[in-house]
Amino acid sequence: MTFEYAPALESRAIVSIAPSYGLFINGEFVDPTSGTMFKTINPATEEVLAEISEANQSDVNAAVNSARRAFERTWSVMSGRDRAKYLFRIARLLQERAREFAVLETLDNGKPIRESRDIDVPLAAAHFFYYAGWADKLEHAGLGPNPQALGVAGQIIPWNFPLLMLAWKIAPALACGNTVVLKPAETTSLTALLFAEVCQQADLPPGVVNIITGAGDTGQMIVEHDGINKIAFTGSTDVGKSIQRALAGTNKKLTLELGGKAANIIFDDAPIDQAVEGIVDGIFFNQGHVCCAGSRLLLQESIAEETIEALKRRLQTLRLGDPLDKNTDIGAINSREQLNKIHQLIKSGDDEGAERWTAPCEIPEKGWWCAPTVFTNVTAAHRIAREEIFGPVLSVLTFRTADEAVEKANNTPFGLSAGIWTEKGSRILWMANQLRAGVIWANTFNRFDPTSPFGGYKESGFGREGGIQGLGAYLQSATDSDVHAKGMS
Amino acid sequence: MNDRVEVRKTYKLFIGGAFPRSESGRTYEVHDTDDKFLANAAKASRKDGRDAVLAARKGFGAWSSATAYNRGQVLYRVAEVMEGRRDQFIADVRAAEGLGDKKSARVVDTAIDRLVWYAGWADKYAQVLGNTNPVAGPYFNFSIPEPTGVVAAIAPQNSSLLGLVSVIAPIIVTGNVVIVVASTLRPIPAITLTEVVATSDVPSGVINVLTGDPAEIAPWLASHGDVNAIDLTGVTSAELAKNLEVEAAGTVKRIRRPAQPNWLATPDLGHLRSFVETKTVWHPLGA
Repeated sequence: MTFEYAPALESRAIVSIAPSYGLFINGEFVDPTSGTMFKTINPATEEVLAEISEANQSDVNAAVNSARRAFERTWSVMSGRDRAKYLFRIARLLQERAREFAVLETLDNGKPIRESRDIDVPLAAAHFFYYAGWADKLEHAGLGPNPQALGVAGQIIPWNFPLLMLAWKIAPALACGNTVVLKPAETTSLTALLFAEVCQQADLPPGVVNIITGAGDTGQMIVEHDGINKIAFTGSTDVGKSIQRALAGTNKKLTLELGGKAANIIFDDAPIDQAVEGIVDGIFFNQGHVCCAGSRLLLQESIAEETIEALKRRLQTLRLGDPLDKNTDIGAINSREQLNKIHQLIKSGDDEGAERWTAPCEIPEKGWWCAPTVFTNVTAAHRIAREEIFGPVLSVLTFRTADEAVEKANNTPFGLSAGIWTEKGSRILWMANQLRAGVIWANTFNRFDPTSPFGGYKESGFGREGGIQGLGAYLQSATDSDVHAKGMS
Repeated sequence: MNDRVEVRKTYKLFIGGAFPRSESGRTYEVHDTDDKFLANAAKASRKDGRDAVLAARKGFGAWSSATAYNRGQVLYRVAEVMEGRRDQFIADVRAAEGLGDKKSARVVDTAIDRLVWYAGWADKYAQVLGNTNPVAGPYFNFSIPEPTGVVAAIAPQNSSLLGLVSVIAPIIVTGNVVIVVASTLRPIPAITLTEVVATSDVPSGVINVLTGDPAEIAPWLASHGDVNAIDLTGVTSAELAKNLEVEAAGTVKRIRRPAQPNWLATPDLGHLRSFVETKTVWHPLGA
């Protein structure tokens, strides 16, 4: 006897998507001066959801000018107590409209509704709630008395957690007294535009938040704009480097949250069943479109075979398909371009001699999909062990001793996150100490919280988002002479 | 008049605890502010820069894992040994910066006191910059600052000793290692400092001092794949600063480029904070 899942579809009736969207500048939606529109597509069906405006230079100028005016006339002179209240309002509005945001996110991004509903949207609201409370307590941020806002922040965010990354960027910036010009990724603009509506409902003063849409060219115009004081970017390491280059010699501050190739390290005393859940969370959460994904599994040799078997058994139970189905574990790949990139790296794994195993799933006819994939017999020299794949692809390596695990884990230009699975407390703390990465998950993986700072070592970027450390990205100490920082403070 | 012929010193680089000449064999003349010849200093080359990075990386492991108490004592020891050489430093600073006796003494005393100030931070900064985080779930979560790694610094051009000490101390006290390019025209106080460093329990590779032209050496340090951060405090040319920032972007280096501070004033934690990383650790709670 077999049990079949009945589909449990979340209704999309709760969202109404307009045929086209303008740019959100100075508190209003305006048509782009370019007159150019591009389509945003549901990656699970390839259906066109809406037309989005492409901002050109004069749109970027208008957004930056609007943010500057709002900074000088309204937001920087408002008391922290009042700024806090606006941010609390936004947090509440996000909670009130949570289901709508979750469904819209799933439609535009392709991620399972279970994740957008239980993770992305609640965490986004929590982020605003957390930083709201900081707005009138900045003298306790650890940056000395009377820390200053930076001014206008240009913020460029990726497509993997569209609303959540918006919250990570906007909430601390506003709490610290900055105004923002934010650009969502071109494939996932819709929740940012719905957030613009939330700003209107909150009666946020016009110009404090400006949301302009477009692709890389628009992003570059923000980065290079003279009226901007700070750039915050989350995305690929290559683009991050080009932004850092573009800001060389300027007084713009910069924080970067870039790529990763995290090691998830399983010792022989780890509870295998729990570890397997952690491996799945680590690399198959959000289709592996996670910069801190545990994409390199390091297994202690004595348990490697057993763990790989258990992992494969578990992966056969993952359900890939309609992201709006509440049973779905693996949603759609966000774009055809990303799927091609994943396929290219999978092919390199085949070509370089790693052994591929693919979970048996039925792939829907339309849309962009990638079944969970596990490579064994991977060496440190393989591309799939070195490059960020940003997809549901796991590379398995083995180790004998803790020293070897540390050496392999740290043998990468990245340093965003790492996982450790062992029952031995002293080993957890020693490993956590040795691993050169900004976030260490011990006996868990991919946990996020607004109070918990997130960000990388080495080429995974600099600066932190979340926690008290996250305030440093948007404040200038009144006593520190460094006004050009590319880094932490 | 003393008719004894003095024994003069050969001024060399300080790399990995040793005092090599520049591998290039080059030197350049150093004069005091009245243009009187003082010495020939080694003119460091790209290869000297690379050697210094190697030595620094080698020194990072032990220094970053030393106890905070130990690092604090080592910095304090440097201050102790400097105090013993106070007269020499005053003479060096007077010649290098053209200051009077009283002003030179004040600069040297402030430099020694600054080291003591930073020595005290070794076992405190993690308590000020780190914290536990009350996450909404059954996890224990804490954040700690850790050293960034190998830092290349261009020391201030004017403040040849106090500025230099104020740049080096906040970098190394947290466990970083440093390659510092001394003031080009005023390198002698820095070279005297290396003699202090060599006899103060500072492990080899933790402080490496190059003399020469930052425009020649710094681009190699800024683009070097094993350098994690650059401190451009002593870069006076806007064009050079920009070029160094461009080179640094290739490996996402942390960059500090402050306005020229008043070195005599007590610093804040900004400099120290520029070269630490926040590490956050999660663990589930459960019986």
